[in-house]
Amino acid sequence: MERKYFDYSATTPVDSEVLNEMLPYFNNDFGNPSSVYSYGRDSKKAIENARYKIAKLINADAREIFFTGGGTESDNWAIKGIAIALKNKGNHIITSSIEHHAVLHSCKYLEKHGFRVTYLPVDKYGLISLEDLKSEINDRTILITIMFANNEIGTIQPIKEIGKIAKENNIYFHTDGVQAIGNTVIDVKDMNIDLLSISAHKIYGPKGIGALYIKKGIKIDPIIHGGAQERKKRAGTENVPGIVGFGKAAEIAYNNLDKNIQDLTNLRDKLIKGIFDNIDYVILNGHPHNRLPGNVNISFQFIEGEALLLSLDMVGICGSSGSACTSGTLDPSHVLLAIGLSHEIAHGSLRLSIGKYTKEEDIDYLLQELPKIIKRLRNMSPLYEKVKGGE
Amino acid sequence: MYSDKVMDHFTNPRNVGDIKDADGIGEVGNAKCGDIMKMYIKVEDNIIKDIKFKTFGCGAAIATSSIATEMVIGKTIDEALKITNNAVVEALGGLPHEKVHCSVLAEQAIKAAIDDYMAKK
Ligand SMILES: Cc1ncc(COP(=O)(O)O)c(C=O)c1O
Ligand SMILES: [Zn+2]
Repeated sequence: MERKYFDYSATTPVDSEVLNEMLPYFNNDFGNPSSVYSYGRDSKKAIENARYKIAKLINADAREIFFTGGGTESDNWAIKGIAIALKNKGNHIITSSIEHHAVLHSCKYLEKHGFRVTYLPVDKYGLISLEDLKSEINDRTILITIMFANNEIGTIQPIKEIGKIAKENNIYFHTDGVQAIGNTVIDVKDMNIDLLSISAHKIYGPKGIGALYIKKGIKIDPIIHGGAQERKKRAGTENVPGIVGFGKAAEIAYNNLDKNIQDLTNLRDKLIKGIFDNIDYVILNGHPHNRLPGNVNISFQFIEGEALLLSLDMVGICGSSGSACTSGTLDPSHVLLAIGLSHEIAHGSLRLSIGKYTKEEDIDYLLQELPKIIKRLRNMSPLYEKVKGGE
Repeated sequence: MYSDKVMDHFTNPRNVGDIKDADGIGEVGNAKCGDIMKMYIKVEDNIIKDIKFKTFGCGAAIATSSIATEMVIGKTIDEALKITNNAVVEALGGLPHEKVHCSVLAEQAIKAAIDDYMAKK
């Protein structure tokens, strides 16, 4: 059975062009970038070349890009590194209630060490309120960290406006751009972003490599201590093939950004429309248009998400869900609860995320299989029975 | 992560549906805790002659409902009341640890249906 992949928000396959650029750095050009002989110099050059390409994608200077072990490390570094560097200035951080766990758990950790964190609520579309943000700022506030685009519901925040507020109040602004990069325009200068977390594996690069953009002049402590790599800010021998792959992936993303956004938006809207036309009792989660071009998140009433994922898997379709039964805990996703969904509606959520290898036929196939599956599961559901009067 | 037995019962659940003139109906769980299970029984001479279920829940919840109905059918009321959650999970060839809480409702739903039958009698 052919597999149809609808989980690009979880991760993406490495583009073969990216892989080809990486391969020589595993064996032929294996040198340690810190060494002085030619092997080392070649690796060093490759790193700087990648740094330049990544900077270009977000309109930064190459010297403002620092490589990390992925989006999670970038988030940890931005938040803990700023908190420690500015601890004499203040102890208050503002974030949102729908952040990725890399941000939320970093904030929780800091709360145990004397910092205060405000978790801004979001509206039913997943947007924070700029008025709320302004009113929570006080003279102890040292950092605002609000994600660019949400990984579950795809909602894109008003980043430029948040950046403006942060700047007016002289507070550092970090944003988790892991889902946004390559899927929407990111301009750190225009948007007044001080720190930006990004990761390669969401843009057809390898896993385990990411970067933190740190605007020139920002005060931040390292959290990984050791050698003098990354201008003494992030120790450890560089993941050279990973960095090279990230650079190539960023270059491809930059060259295809507009087309990628347009193509994905068209497919996404076809998918959403197809579901709404063919299945009743459905709810679109997230913002109707301020959302990632590849994100669809829909709740199917009266059924549970894990049963839906298993059924889809049996016909070769890979998706994800915010149901409690997929999380290993007793609670559904914090994002779905934050936008005000009841437990029941959150349980029936399905995230379908598409990417550059998604074909129109894949959407057609999904639209052919999904209604049958929903019908089968609803016919088993005591909740549906109540609505349909035991039909 | 699920055994073949679980996947079999999830894919081809036995005894799904309802019984219009059921002698007992039990509904347990709520959406907040995850799953909702509803069982209908038909009883003759103290023996469970027929049982049907409807479940709102994950793969584990649907599979446990299904196998539990198979275990109950043809049993006397007393025998049916002795069926435990552990026995249901064992009959499925086990469940992943974090899924065991999804299976407890089957035992409760059977008991609730029998209670309802006793109360009506
Ligand atoms: C919004 C967001 N932040 C952070 C991460 C973590 O990135 P990584 O997997 O590179 O550690 C992810 C990936 O799941 C994400 O979607
Ligand atoms: Zn469950």
